[in-house]
Amino acid sequence: MEIIAQYGGVLVILACVVGFFMAWGVGANDVANAMGTSVGSKALTIKQAIIIAIIFEFAGAYLAGGEVTATVRKGIIDPTLLAGQPELLVFGMISALLAAGIWLLIATSYGWPVSTTHSIVGAIVGFAAVGISVDAVAWGKVGKIVASWVVSPVMAGTLAYFLFRSVQRLILDTADPFDNAKRYIPFYIFLVGFIIAMVTFTKGLKHIGLDLSFGESAMMAVIAGIALALLGTWMERRVKYDKKENEDYHFTSVEKVFGILMMFTACAMAFAHGSNDVANAVGPLAAVVSVIGAGGELAQKSAMPSWILLLGGAGIVLGLVMYGHKVIATVGNNITELTPSRGFAATLAAATTVVIASGTGLPISTTHTLVGAVLGVGLARGISALNLRVVGTIFMSWIVTLPAGAGLAIMIFFMLKGIFG
Amino acid sequence: MVANSSFMKMFAQSPVKPLQQHIEKAHSCAIELVPFFEAVLAKDWTEAEKVQQRITKLEHEADELKQYLRQHLPKSLFMPIPRTTLLDLLRMQDRIANKAQDIAGIMLGRQMQIPESMEELMMEYLKCSLSVTNQAVKALNELDELVVTGFRGREAEVVEKMLTRLEELESETDSREKKLRYMLFQLETELPPVEVMFLYNIIDWIGELADRAEQVGSRFQLLIAR
Repeated sequence: MEIIAQYGGVLVILACVVGFFMAWGVGANDVANAMGTSVGSKALTIKQAIIIAIIFEFAGAYLAGGEVTATVRKGIIDPTLLAGQPELLVFGMISALLAAGIWLLIATSYGWPVSTTHSIVGAIVGFAAVGISVDAVAWGKVGKIVASWVVSPVMAGTLAYFLFRSVQRLILDTADPFDNAKRYIPFYIFLVGFIIAMVTFTKGLKHIGLDLSFGESAMMAVIAGIALALLGTWMERRVKYDKKENEDYHFTSVEKVFGILMMFTACAMAFAHGSNDVANAVGPLAAVVSVIGAGGELAQKSAMPSWILLLGGAGIVLGLVMYGHKVIATVGNNITELTPSRGFAATLAAATTVVIASGTGLPISTTHTLVGAVLGVGLARGISALNLRVVGTIFMSWIVTLPAGAGLAIMIFFMLKGIFG
Repeated sequence: MVANSSFMKMFAQSPVKPLQQHIEKAHSCAIELVPFFEAVLAKDWTEAEKVQQRITKLEHEADELKQYLRQHLPKSLFMPIPRTTLLDLLRMQDRIANKAQDIAGIMLGRQMQIPESMEELMMEYLKCSLSVTNQAVKALNELDELVVTGFRGREAEVVEKMLTRLEELESETDSREKKLRYMLFQLETELPPVEVMFLYNIIDWIGELADRAEQVGSRFQLLIAR
C-alpha cells in the first residue's frame, strides 16, 4: 500500500510511456499486414491506405476496443489472490508491457515473425504464474484465448473460402462477369457495413453514453449496411467496361468494380485491427491506472477511463504516420497476386473474424487470421502460389514468443520489485 | 525495424506468368522456321544462317526461362496447379523450342534441298504445325483467368473450346504430314538416299512441333478436368 501511495505517480507515468510505445509499435508495424492487402491489390494508394488506417484504426480502438482491453486488464489474472499486495499487479503489468516491447524490438530487428498479442499474453501469464503464484492465472480464460488462436485462422479461412466461392459462382464464372459484379457487389458492401456496425453497436458504444438493446443495434446495423451499399452503388457508376484493357487479362474491368468493394473492406479491416490490437498496448496500462487510481484497491467493477483507449488510439496513429507508411508500402508491393476480387474475400473474412473476437473480448493475432483467410482463398484454387512454410513459422511464433515474453516479464518483474519494494 | 514479414512471405512468386512467357518464347522460336524455310527454298544460305542464329538465341532464352521457373518452384508451394503437371507443361513447351533448333541446325549444316514439287506443301505443312503451337500459346494465355475462376464455369468452357480447336489443327497437320510423306515416297528413287533419309527426318520433326503443342494442350486439359 505504501509503495503505491509513494510511487503511484511515477508508476502511472512509466506505464503510460511504455503503453504508448507499444501502441506506437502496433501502428508502425502490425497495421501494415491489415492494410497491405488493399495496397497490394491496387484498390488503394499508400496515401489513401494511411488515411483510412488512421481514421478506422482509431475508431476501432476507441469504439470497439473495450472488451479485449478488459480481458487483458483483468481477465487473465485472478485478482482476488492479489488482495493486500496490489503493487504486485502494478509491477507485473508494467513488466509485461516492457517485456513484450523489448521482445518485439528484438524479434522484428531479426525479422522473426512474432505477434504482439502473443507477446503480451505470454508476458502476463509469465509474471503471474512465476511472480505471484500459479493459481493467480485464470487458466480457464487463458485456455479460451489459446483456443481462439487456433480457431481464428481456421474460421477466417473457412469464411474466405465460401466468400470467394460465392464470388466465383455469382460473378467470375458467369457469361457476363462485369454486369454481375455491378449487381452483386452492393450486397457484399452491405455485409461489410452490417458486421462492423453490429459489433460496434452491441459492444462498443456504452462508454460514450449510447446504450442500445440488441434489437435496436440490429436495426441500426441494417440501416448502416444499406447506406453503405447505396454509397457503393453510386460509386460503381463511374466504372465503365473498357474493351481494350481486358484483352490481356479479361477481368481487368471486373476487378475495378471489386476495387470499390475493397475500399470498404479495407476500412473494416482497419477498424477490426484497431479494436483488437489496441488492447495489447493499453490493457496492462488500464490495469495499472485502475489499481493506482483506486488507491490500491483492486476495484474490479470500476469502469476503464476512456482516455486510456484514446491514448492507445493516438499511439497507433502516431506509429502509422511516423513509420507505418514504409512498412505498408513494403508489404503492399510484395503481395500483388491478391487482386481486389481475392483480396476482398480474404480481408473481409479476416475482418469479420477479428471483429467478432473483439466483441467477445478475445485477443487474437490479426496477422495469423489474415494468413488463414488467404489460405482459404487458396483452397478455392484462387491463388497461383502460396508458400506453405509460413504456416510453420506461425507455429514457431507460438512456441517461441510465449516463453520469450514470459521469461522477460519474469525478469523485469523481479527487477521492479527490487527497485521499488 | 523490419516489417513483420510472415504474411508477406506467404505470397510466393506466381508460376503463371513465367510459364506463359516461356511458351511465348518457345513459339517465337518455332515461328522463325518460316523465314528459315523461305531462305532454304531460295538457297540463300547466308540468310538461312542468320535466321538459324536467331533461333538458337531464342532457344537459349527459353532455356533460361525454364531454369528460372524451376528454381522458383520449391516443393513447399501450395498451388491450384499440381507441381508435377506444371513441370510437365514446362518440359513439353521447352521441347518445341528444342525441336525448332534441331530442324534449323540440321538443315543448315547439311544445306538440305527440298524437291521443287514438294515446296508448296512443305510450307503449308510447316505453317499448319506452327498454328498448333500458336493455339497452345493462346490457351496458356487463359491460365491466369482460370486461376481466378477456380478452373470452373464459363472460363473453363472457353479454354475447353480452345483445346478442341487445338486438336483439330493437330489432326490437320497429321493429314498434311501423310500427304507429304507419300509425295516423298514417290520421289525417293530419284533422290540421293541419304538426302531422302534426312528429309523424312525433317518431316517427322515438323510434325513433332505440333505433337508437343498437343501434349501441352492435353496436360492443360488435366487442370480443368476434375
